[in-house]
Amino acid sequence: MAYSEKLLDHFKNPRNVGTLDKNNSGVGTGLVGAPECGDVMRLQIQVDPETQKITDAKFKTFGCGSAIASSSLATEWLKGKSVDEALSIDNMAIVEELALPPVKIHCSVLAEDAIKGAIRDYQQKNGLEVTATVEAH
Amino acid sequence: MGQRLIYLDNNATTPTDPRVVETMIPYFYENPGNAASRNHPAGWVAEGAVDTAREQIADLINVDPREIIFTSGATESDNLAIKGVFEMYARKGNHIITATTEHKAVLDACKKVEKKGGEVTYLEVDSEGLISLEALEAAITDKTILVSIMWANNETGVIQPMKEIGEICAKHGVLFMSDATQAVGKIPVDPKATGVHLMAFTSHKMYGPKGVGALFVNRKNPRVKVTSQMDGGGHERGMRSGTLNVPGIVGFGKAAAIAKEEMHEDAARLSKLRDKLQSGLMDILEESYVNGSEEHRMPHVTNISFKHVEGEGLMMTFNQNIALSSGSACTSASLEPSYVLVALGLGDDLAHSSLRFSLGRFTTEEDIDATIKQVSEGVNHMRELSPIWEMFKEGVDIDAIEWSEH
Repeated sequence: MAYSEKLLDHFKNPRNVGTLDKNNSGVGTGLVGAPECGDVMRLQIQVDPETQKITDAKFKTFGCGSAIASSSLATEWLKGKSVDEALSIDNMAIVEELALPPVKIHCSVLAEDAIKGAIRDYQQKNGLEVTATVEAH
Repeated sequence: MGQRLIYLDNNATTPTDPRVVETMIPYFYENPGNAASRNHPAGWVAEGAVDTAREQIADLINVDPREIIFTSGATESDNLAIKGVFEMYARKGNHIITATTEHKAVLDACKKVEKKGGEVTYLEVDSEGLISLEALEAAITDKTILVSIMWANNETGVIQPMKEIGEICAKHGVLFMSDATQAVGKIPVDPKATGVHLMAFTSHKMYGPKGVGALFVNRKNPRVKVTSQMDGGGHERGMRSGTLNVPGIVGFGKAAAIAKEEMHEDAARLSKLRDKLQSGLMDILEESYVNGSEEHRMPHVTNISFKHVEGEGLMMTFNQNIALSSGSACTSASLEPSYVLVALGLGDDLAHSSLRFSLGRFTTEEDIDATIKQVSEGVNHMRELSPIWEMFKEGVDIDAIEWSEH
């Protein structure tokens, strides 16, 4: 199957690869997927406590090209967004942006879950109301 | 692109040798005959060409030409052998023994037999990919009519102890069938000397054209018969009806003749290149593991897992330049990794991380050098991106993590 240029670009030149200090109170970490399914995504956000804006985002992903591109794109979209705005990122937007084929839609779902997981972790750590809910699939 | 694609997927299919293509061409237009047309020269020419090819193929595996039944490929041959024996020998018994690492053509034919009242035992393999001879013998009952064990595995290249299996089958008077698709034309295969009574193989894994295969059916001691699965004009001694694919068969014959001449030289050259590839990758890349027996293995195959790297993503790093296969789940719609590798006892960390390199007659040393470079760069890229690799390097016990399912 042929992948889109955007997907290949995110795969070959992934944005924001790396690790934030998970013990920092401003950092939220979402770790989703499972090795036995062939996909594990770790997405981290750095939130400015004053503004509740996401100042940095990093990821590392074990998985296929679509999973890597989905998480790379997610980190790009997260930067500069408020936590509330970030919560509204929908997996179908990732599907459209990267032109994911139907068998790869689960990669975008995983990226959405990783975003919500990171926000939930940040909210829990800081005693905030948890507005991020990860649906079971 | 401008660059030649490096083709290391010869276990999927081999390129048709240009010498084979050349012999086929006259049988499309110049010689249009149906090999079953007995009343005019066009038919005689076609029949003569098929006879020659049958002799070439029989000669390669040291059997009588009358023991070669032409089919559309190894999948059909496997089906004909398994279902055909099950139906033909129904009065003798209904039990078939095979192994969990067989090709789907064998496993799915066995599943069909089970639906029709057959009993099938699926032998497990050890970490090397080999069946246990003791387990095989213990599985034989007075209802056993067939043992079906592949000569060499398509994913790992592991070669089963064929001679010993043949001896056990002979001792118990059970027919022995083998899917030898990956072995014929690549290593010496002599079914009669091995105690094999039925053997499936195909042209397109030995530099012949696609769409033509064969089933060897032993004629004497014992005289084996299979119930036809395709009925019609009574071709192929009534075992497989259907107009013969004359150009395909001519090409298959030529491929067999070339294989007989060049197999040993090819195997010696390819095993050196394969070893260079394998050690080249494993020297550079820590935590890489060869899957299956290295001792009992086809000369042109190596299957390597790169820990904590997902196979399909890895392939995307180089698949514009190199064609090969992965045992990863993501190459199929299911989330299950290769059942062959799982049968060897591989955990998820390795089963999802495997690449199969299968070299062929047209593989060059430059191909291997480029592959070592590009694959190792790909593995390093994927590991830099992998959270599991990072945890592994930090000493985190990955098995102890409670992963979310999705």
